[in-house]
Amino acid sequence: MNGLEDLPAWAALLVAFLLLLGSGLTLLGTIGLARFKTFYERVHAPTLGTTGGAGAILIASMLFFSVLQSRPVLHEVLITVFVVVTTPVTLMLLARAAIYRDRTEGTGGASGLPGDEGVNDGEHTGRE
Amino acid sequence: MSRFLPYPLLTASLLVMWLLLNSVSLGHILLGSIIAIAASWAMAALQPDKPRIRNWHLIPVLIGKVLVDIFRSNVAVSGLILKGDRARRTPGFVVIPLTLRDRTALAILACIITATPGTAWVEYHADNGRLLIHVLDLVDRDAWIELIQTRYERLLREIFE
Amino acid sequence: MSTTILIWSLMASQLMLVAAMACSAYRILTGPRAQDRVLGVDALYVCGMLLLLTFGIRSGSTIYFEAALIIALLGFVSTAALAKFLMRGEVIE
Repeated sequence: MNGLEDLPAWAALLVAFLLLLGSGLTLLGTIGLARFKTFYERVHAPTLGTTGGAGAILIASMLFFSVLQSRPVLHEVLITVFVVVTTPVTLMLLARAAIYRDRTEGTGGASGLPGDEGVNDGEHTGRE
Repeated sequence: MSRFLPYPLLTASLLVMWLLLNSVSLGHILLGSIIAIAASWAMAALQPDKPRIRNWHLIPVLIGKVLVDIFRSNVAVSGLILKGDRARRTPGFVVIPLTLRDRTALAILACIITATPGTAWVEYHADNGRLLIHVLDLVDRDAWIELIQTRYERLLREIFE
Repeated sequence: MSTTILIWSLMASQLMLVAAMACSAYRILTGPRAQDRVLGVDALYVCGMLLLLTFGIRSGSTIYFEAALIIALLGFVSTAALAKFLMRGEVIE
C-alpha cells in the first residue's frame, strides 16, 4: 500500500464513493446483460458500464493521482473520450448485424421486429 | 492556413493527446506539434468530408444536455434492472423521421442515442431519412419521437446546418 | 480511518468488477446466438479495463493506465471486426 496513507480524508472518502458507484453500475449493467431475454434488450445493458461506471471510476482515478502527486493528472481523460466515442460505434455495428441476421433468417425475434422497409435498397444486396 | 493546417481541430486534439500522454514541456510541445501536423497532412490525403460548424457556442449546451440525459437514464436503467422481472417492461422499436442530413451531425446523434442507456440506434435509411431505434422501456411512442426531434435534432441542425 | 475505508471499498469494487466479468462470461458461454457472445466480449473488456484502473489506484502507480488504454484500443478494434464479420461473413473486403 504505497501512497494510500498519504491521501487526505476527504479525497479518500470521495475516491471510495466514486469507486463503489462506478463498479456497482458496471455490475448492474452486466447483470442486465445476463438477465434480459432478447438481444435487443441486452444491447442496452453494457452502456451502463461504459457511461456511468467508466465515468465514475475514471474520475476517481484522476482525483486520486491528482491529489497524490499534487498536480493535475488528466491522462485518464483519454480513456474516457475513447470509451465514450467507441462503445456506441461497436454497439451500433452489433445491432445492425443482429437485425440483418434476423431478417435474412426470417426469425424476427420476440419483440415485434419491424419489416425490412428500405433494406433492399442495394446496401446489403451487393453480394447476392 | 488551410494549406499548412488542413484540419486545425484534428491537429489541436492530437497535440493535446500527446501532451496528456507525456508531460508538458517545450520539447514535447515541439515534438507533438510536428507529429500532429504530419498526421493532419496524412489525413488530408484521405480527403474526408470536412464538417462545418456554424454555431460554436451551442456545443457546451449540447454536451450539458447529453451529460444530464446520461445521468438520468443511468438511474432509470439501473432501476429497471434492479426491479427485474417483476416490473412490466415494454421494449420496442420506434421509427423516427429525421430531417437532419449532415453526415457529421448524424454520426454525433448516433453516438448520443447509443451512449445513453435505454436507447440504441439500430438503423438509418439515408434515402427516406427514417431512423430505427430500440427503446428499453417504451411507454409512449410519440413521446420518444418528440424527444429525439426537439431535444437533439433541432440543436444539431442549429450547430451544423 | 479514511484509509481503511478506501482500502475496503477498493476491495469491494474489485470484487464487484470481477462479478461483472463473470456475468459477461456467462453471456459469452451461453449465447444463445453469435451476436450475444460478441456483446459479452464487449462488456468483458470494459470490465477488465476498469479492473486494471482500480489496480492502479491500489498500487499507486500510473503504469496500469497504459495497459488499460491498450485494452480499450484492442477491445474496440476486435469487437468492431467481429460485428463486421457477423454482418458480411468476412472482415476485410
